[in-house]
Amino acid sequence: MKGPDPTWYLALAAFLFAIGTLGVMLRRSPLIILLSIEIMLNGANLAFISFSRHHAEMDGQIFALAVMAVAASEVVVGLGLIVAVHRRRLELDVDKLSTLRG
Amino acid sequence: MGNALVWVVWFAAAFACLGSGAAVVSFTNPFYSALALIGNLGSLAVLYLLLSAEFVAAAQVLVYAGAVMVMFLFVIAYLGRDADAPWAGGPSWQALGAVAAAGALMVEIVIVIGLKASGRLAEAPDIGASFGTPAEIGTLFLTDHLLAFEVTSIVLLAAAVGGVVLGSHATDEERTP
Repeated sequence: MKGPDPTWYLALAAFLFAIGTLGVMLRRSPLIILLSIEIMLNGANLAFISFSRHHAEMDGQIFALAVMAVAASEVVVGLGLIVAVHRRRLELDVDKLSTLRG
Repeated sequence: MGNALVWVVWFAAAFACLGSGAAVVSFTNPFYSALALIGNLGSLAVLYLLLSAEFVAAAQVLVYAGAVMVMFLFVIAYLGRDADAPWAGGPSWQALGAVAAAGALMVEIVIVIGLKASGRLAEAPDIGASFGTPAEIGTLFLTDHLLAFEVTSIVLLAAAVGGVVLGSHATDEERTP
């Protein structure tokens, strides 16, 4: 193959996953945590697609599309929760939202 | 010549990807974080094109960087204020622990790739012109991966119903004084 071999793509995917993990652990705003989860999912997608190209099988691309659909549904539910929390006049801070009592 | 161009595009997309990812994590304003994530998704679409996954790259731009991120930006505009200031007051021990844990995870993955895979990943098979086209993807979705396709539709339906339920029940508290 011309250009970088899959090792480069996998290293980049590892970097992306680590950045997303860092965001989830470091930030307290649920919005930024959702954005960081998107970065982690995209790191996994990049690994899927680079292996798909390496094996010349398109199954990896199919599962990358499935991951995309799951990420869209996760964003819908997560943003619905964030809006519901905001409407109850609670502070958007995952350290303070530590109980599930209504 | 073409080889060098592929490397140049790869490095540009990879650095844009990592830079915008770091920007998502480090911006204090969630609006800027969401905009940086759009850049991240766009540069990943360039990498998908380099891996000859044309349909996934198009879906990435249309669905992810388009629809999903517009929804994000609407919610951020609706909430309408800065969320948190993570770097105020110096690093706490939780922040140092988070950096150490994320770094350990990354080093672990890179070492596993380097030890187990690097020799075998060097050669790649040739692919046909139809690799990654919408026709091939659609054929696979309706034959080999029909179950994944149907389960995905059920997941999307459940998410839509969940979004409606979450959005409608939250008004109960506003009506009661």
